[in-house]
Amino acid sequence: MLINPSSPHSDDGWLERHIVDPSLKSQQPIVLETKQLRVFYGDNEAIHEGDLKFPEHQISALIGPSGSGKSTYLRSLNRMNDGVARVTGEILYRGVDVNRPEIDVYEMRRRIGMVFQRPNPFSKSIYDNITFALKRRGITDKKVLDETVETSLRQAAIWDEVKDKLNKSALALSGGQQQRLCIARAIAVKPDILLLDEPASALDPVSTGKLEETLLKLKKDYTIIIVTHNMQQAARISDFTAFFNMGRALEFDETSQIFTSPKVQLTNNYVAGDFG
Amino acid sequence: MSPKTSNQIAISMLYVIASTIVVILAALLGYIIISGLPAISWHFLTSPARAFTSGGGVGIQLFNSFYLLILTMLISFPIALGAGIYLNEYAKQNWVTALVRSAIEILSSLPSVVVGLFGFLIFVVQFGFGFSILSGAFALTFFNLPLLTRSIEEALAAVPDAQREGGLALGLSKWETVLHIIVPAALPAILTGVILSAGRIFGEAAALIFTAGQSAPALNFTDWNPFNMASPLNPMRPAETLAVHIWKINSEGIMPDAKAISSGASAVLVISVLGFNLLARFVGHRLFKRLTAG
Repeated sequence: MLINPSSPHSDDGWLERHIVDPSLKSQQPIVLETKQLRVFYGDNEAIHEGDLKFPEHQISALIGPSGSGKSTYLRSLNRMNDGVARVTGEILYRGVDVNRPEIDVYEMRRRIGMVFQRPNPFSKSIYDNITFALKRRGITDKKVLDETVETSLRQAAIWDEVKDKLNKSALALSGGQQQRLCIARAIAVKPDILLLDEPASALDPVSTGKLEETLLKLKKDYTIIIVTHNMQQAARISDFTAFFNMGRALEFDETSQIFTSPKVQLTNNYVAGDFG
Repeated sequence: MSPKTSNQIAISMLYVIASTIVVILAALLGYIIISGLPAISWHFLTSPARAFTSGGGVGIQLFNSFYLLILTMLISFPIALGAGIYLNEYAKQNWVTALVRSAIEILSSLPSVVVGLFGFLIFVVQFGFGFSILSGAFALTFFNLPLLTRSIEEALAAVPDAQREGGLALGLSKWETVLHIIVPAALPAILTGVILSAGRIFGEAAALIFTAGQSAPALNFTDWNPFNMASPLNPMRPAETLAVHIWKINSEGIMPDAKAISSGASAVLVISVLGFNLLARFVGHRLFKRLTAG
């Protein structure tokens, strides 16, 4: 299908793009918004446009085929692409453009945390994995640290499995446990937004199920944006879904809309399993 | 020739080559240890050398070798760690980095006798350190730095990037991430590199002949004030090491039991270097297990 930007509708009734403003559909305020976001690797433009708004305490999923730019987009949100790629445009976090050079990127990343595709616990004890970033910020009160360890591990639904071996190495845990530990580590610094980059792609189905339950519990306290290649996963856990293709967010709507009556033909083809 | 036959021939050739290497190594070690072992005794390991009469030992040389090794490591490890961190974590791929890398490469291929003569001119003569442990330690630092830097760089490069991202995503700076996550994770490999290079330093002779000197003045092992000339800790005293001692006995030794002492000293040297290698494996393995399973 040829994309003609001048006409919003193609001949067969499909829209070229369909991006909704979530504040029209849910009561939640917008916490993160991108405007004119473009990402370049050298001269190569990886993201052409990503104008999306993410509502508070909701799970937003980014789906799309490999190479569609969904991970690149996500990693730009807390500037993990600094030094790797050039990102232009605005990233408005509660109204503040965090893509400006004078922003304290370390402070910003404590507000916008991230969990990666492969579990990456540090080769330290479980306890130290959680407390490490806090100690670096000068929190040394044992009581505060103990409390944070317990609440973070509880929130990440892994407390019962590890409470008796907090001083053991985190690398001895299973992959699924490691990933939930990484979530606990990310929420220990009390972020506002949690970015997850295909967090279940290295996990078995049982661990994936536990991870999804954990995310559903976490959304009452955190705004979650998750990249997934697994459409069932997006359908199961997310409230809003964005469909990316070839460096563009083509459709963004309530998840139920995306999966039952998408407005863009490519989205339809993708969720129907025709490509990707 | 059928593919199967040519494959068989290739495999047999490779077996022959591999076993030749093992046989040469085993023969060498076996010969040195078997001919040297009878000379080794507690007395041999602890008493000073004698120039004209038999019954001397290698006690002072052995001590000198270890002391020189420790001093060299104290000087070269921090530099190598800094260089390794810079090259692997911070350096951009441009001509400056390429220059640093080729400088390291060239430094590592310099013949050790040239390094020794250079050390003689700079440290012994120009800086006025004289034939001393300090001059020797500086010369050995030149010798050690390239390989240690390389092994630290490789150890850091083996830590997955996911660990770096993990640190940054928690709002830590790059330096905090490197210092508190990457270096500890690379520690087993770094330590292995350090111990292996220690084995090389321990056996080095050519670079030391003109820097640490060829004499081993008597030491008073009850005097630990590093400013006294007879103190074992004095870094400004001349200090013949075990490897230099072996070279010297064989070229100009006039004691009646020169051959036995040379064999014994060689065996001590080889056993020590072997010990370093085994220690490197053991420590690296243990540390890795400690950090991953605990």
